[in-house]
Amino acid sequence: MTAVPRPGDPVITPALVAEHGLTQDEYQRLERMLGRTPTFTELGIISALWSEHCSYKHSRPILKTLPTTAPYVLQGPGENAGVIAIGDGLAVAFKIESHNHPSAVEPYQGAATGVGGILRDVFTMGARPIAMLNSLRFGSLDTPRVRYLVGGVVKGIGDYGNCVGIPTVAGDVMFDAAYEGNPLVNAMCVGILREEELIRAKAEGVGNTIMAVGARTGRDGIHGASFASEDLSHETDAKRPRVQVGDPFTEKLLLEATLELIGSGHVVAIQDMGAAGLTSSSAEMAERGEVGVVIDTLKVPVREEGMTPYEILLSESQERMLVVVTRGREDEVRKILTKWDLTAEVIGEVIADPVYRVVEGDRVVAEFPGTRLVTDCPQYHPEAKESDAIIALRNRDVHAVPERAEERDPAWTLTRLLESPTIASKLWIHRQYDSTVRANTLVGPGAGDAAVVRVQGTRKALALKTDCNGRYVYLEPRTGGRIAVAEAARNVACVGGRPMAITNCLNFGNPKRPDIFWQFKEAVGGMAEACTLLGTPVTGGNVSLYNESPIGAVYPTPVIGMVGLVDDIDHATRMTFSAVGDSIVLLGEPTNELGASEYLAWIHGLVAGAPPRCDLVKERALIEVLLESIRGGHARSAHDCSEGGLAVALAECAMSNREFMFGANIDLSTWKKLPLRALLFGEAQGRAIISTSAPAAVLAIAAHHGVPAQTIGTVQSAAHGLHIVVGDCTFDIPLGGLSEAYHEAIPRAMRRAPAETVSSELAAGVLS
Amino acid sequence: MKVGIVRFPGSNCDEDALHAVVDFLGETAVMLWHKDHDLHGADVVILPGGFSYGDYLRAGAIARFSPIMQEVAAHAAHGGPVIGICNGFQIACEAGLLPGALLRNAGSYVSMPVIIRTERTDTSFTGASSVGQLLRMPIAHGEGRFTADEATLDQLEANGQIVFRYVDAHGNATPESNPNGAMRNIAGVTNVGRNVVGLMPHPERAMDRALGSQDGVVLFESLLVAANV
Repeated sequence: MTAVPRPGDPVITPALVAEHGLTQDEYQRLERMLGRTPTFTELGIISALWSEHCSYKHSRPILKTLPTTAPYVLQGPGENAGVIAIGDGLAVAFKIESHNHPSAVEPYQGAATGVGGILRDVFTMGARPIAMLNSLRFGSLDTPRVRYLVGGVVKGIGDYGNCVGIPTVAGDVMFDAAYEGNPLVNAMCVGILREEELIRAKAEGVGNTIMAVGARTGRDGIHGASFASEDLSHETDAKRPRVQVGDPFTEKLLLEATLELIGSGHVVAIQDMGAAGLTSSSAEMAERGEVGVVIDTLKVPVREEGMTPYEILLSESQERMLVVVTRGREDEVRKILTKWDLTAEVIGEVIADPVYRVVEGDRVVAEFPGTRLVTDCPQYHPEAKESDAIIALRNRDVHAVPERAEERDPAWTLTRLLESPTIASKLWIHRQYDSTVRANTLVGPGAGDAAVVRVQGTRKALALKTDCNGRYVYLEPRTGGRIAVAEAARNVACVGGRPMAITNCLNFGNPKRPDIFWQFKEAVGGMAEACTLLGTPVTGGNVSLYNESPIGAVYPTPVIGMVGLVDDIDHATRMTFSAVGDSIVLLGEPTNELGASEYLAWIHGLVAGAPPRCDLVKERALIEVLLESIRGGHARSAHDCSEGGLAVALAECAMSNREFMFGANIDLSTWKKLPLRALLFGEAQGRAIISTSAPAAVLAIAAHHGVPAQTIGTVQSAAHGLHIVVGDCTFDIPLGGLSEAYHEAIPRAMRRAPAETVSSELAAGVLS
Repeated sequence: MKVGIVRFPGSNCDEDALHAVVDFLGETAVMLWHKDHDLHGADVVILPGGFSYGDYLRAGAIARFSPIMQEVAAHAAHGGPVIGICNGFQIACEAGLLPGALLRNAGSYVSMPVIIRTERTDTSFTGASSVGQLLRMPIAHGEGRFTADEATLDQLEANGQIVFRYVDAHGNATPESNPNGAMRNIAGVTNVGRNVVGLMPHPERAMDRALGSQDGVVLFESLLVAANV
């Protein structure tokens, strides 16, 4: 059969091809594949499937260098979500995904539908979602539009996750002018399943039925995948119709219905109709199963009259799934969906012919030979070359930066750093997320270096964290990539979890620019080194390129979503001091490194210098010390040193839990020869602070693993404040001012202009 | 004791309530489907938290018309214990089982631990508690501002129908300890018969020391007294 144009289809012209984002070469490849001119419907299909978002055409060769295997990995990259075994016949499905561009133009719906999409990716594997995380990057909170975005994104995430009833337990939020025009909104979902319930999105069994399940298809979100694959521009606002609208209530019904469906055994495969909707879900399922499919667009339940096959295929209406059902079980499937007040309609079939065919009743509107529609897409190996400007920034001698007069009092510097929104308490955000539903949250947002969520019915728990310091990656991508993985692993270890595996969301600029592609290649290389050495394979993720606005590309930001396993819920460890008299032990060592620090960026407005070195062997040893100390019952709290360095980490241990604050006596004289600001605020890697009633035991464990360790002080009452000695210098810092700075910075900023008052700005245009 | 937990479309604390009853109280529980007309012999009914029917109109406004709610109302009319938690509280108010209404919070949606003070022990959910007892448990809601006209509030006070108030760590009902702008710091109320109790905080999430509080246990234990089985 051959597809023929529908009456009224536009004529295929070079302009129309360009409008669909295909290059001349790509179009010629499509013509060769078909042996004829494509129909308008076919052009639409390929435009979506060969978009960067769906095809990974620039990133795939580089992604192949990431380690993806371990004995416990049940499902690596290429599925809706990755899956690892955690013993007792249980497994964890998890995945992170970006919704950056939709959130840039419509923050509330953009973020909400991001949450919805990642939830579906996890429950289509047969897993019940148990936790959500978010990794967010925004510009400066001084900008009204950024405050509007923060308010909208946080409310969108909260409203969706809260309604579905999945606790949002952790994440990371950073602020930097580099994200001003293009915020990053990455959502991660984690689910639990029994190993035998694992189901894959692989169409199988000629004659089996293809059903559309869930919400009806409307005209919303058409070409969302292509929209995600271009730079944001002044015209972007006109593309707001490409942003989908979410309905968390339908999602909740779909979640329950899907899990019941999978439990019933009537289904062969399920896939979310996410980016590029029906097109990509059907093409990807067919490709994985190496089978042909036929879809009849007249049978797809629609929301609006007169939708064309083109629109039906490319709609990104939310809360829909494509299900391959064992032939003859259609009524049982309908019955389950009806119970949940949802629809299920037969829309196609798995066929023996190796073709991807779309019909509209009797008329064939699209037909592609072969079953490799998605991977037949061209692959690119763009030029990679580091930017000279960034080399110059990295090589700058940051120690030569003169101190500000106020810095003579380190308390001033510390207080300012605690006010930096990247460091300051995120409670204003966390309070908008239900973090306790499902009654398994042992360590919630802000209470530990990672979240700890119990696996119900067992003594085990999962340690979960997202991380990435884009500034490090910007200044030295390979080191930054390594640190992103190492810090996530360190955080997971600080709460008592053994780092197991990662999902990643690679947010970069336009890969056709050599300097951007160099960042991508190097950062992924650094991640690969860290994942290999730390034994945390990559089980999947998402690539988001073209994160650029008229002010330039975002920092290269490969966000790591780490899953760790806590053997026993008693090991769940928080970051704050909890008993007067405990010893404070520093694991790892301060250095004279100051480059790429929050200190330079926030106090001096300077993004320069090399990021701290990241010795992965030392990181691995530190993780062992943390785990052994925690499992031995020696660690009352554990917190790593990251943005803001040792002084900020100590302050956080003391006062980040506002209800139960503690002071401390600290002596850092051992390192008195280091520049004071590097000692206090430098971001040397491989360090963590433990409070313990058994310092000798912790020091012995550290010595056994070759990790430098030293008792640097004791926990005191809150009234005592922070008392820090460095050689001849003594600093007494009351907690009141630190706590005020840390806890009030974000609420104060967000009070400055409520989101509503900024809407006129939105109306005026996205970036003008 | 057999506890029936109603599952509305959009309920999401139903499993947590089940967990509290079965795993922490050691009692039996049965899920009740919203389209059914059968309480399956439950001695106690729990209306759990969540977003029934999406709460797109007004929290609890649609759920009250569910077939199962006719049976719940009949159960309550015969003096049977009915506990509404969070969205369940909203539903009970909408269904006229409890006085007052729950409006949008004075601030935004709020998820945090709070302290509530037990005001009455003559209800189905507080028999094992003591007057003035401070209980710590999470809240997580966007529409929890308890509201009624002044006359109704005075009458509730006079009748002893105010069961819980938001308080500070010292047990004082201060404006700062009120997380949602609820009138007179009211966190939970009962009906005239004392058998229906609604509250915004989540005792089912405070059953386990590992989660930071087991102050919800005393409330669930009260059901045993109330069910009289």
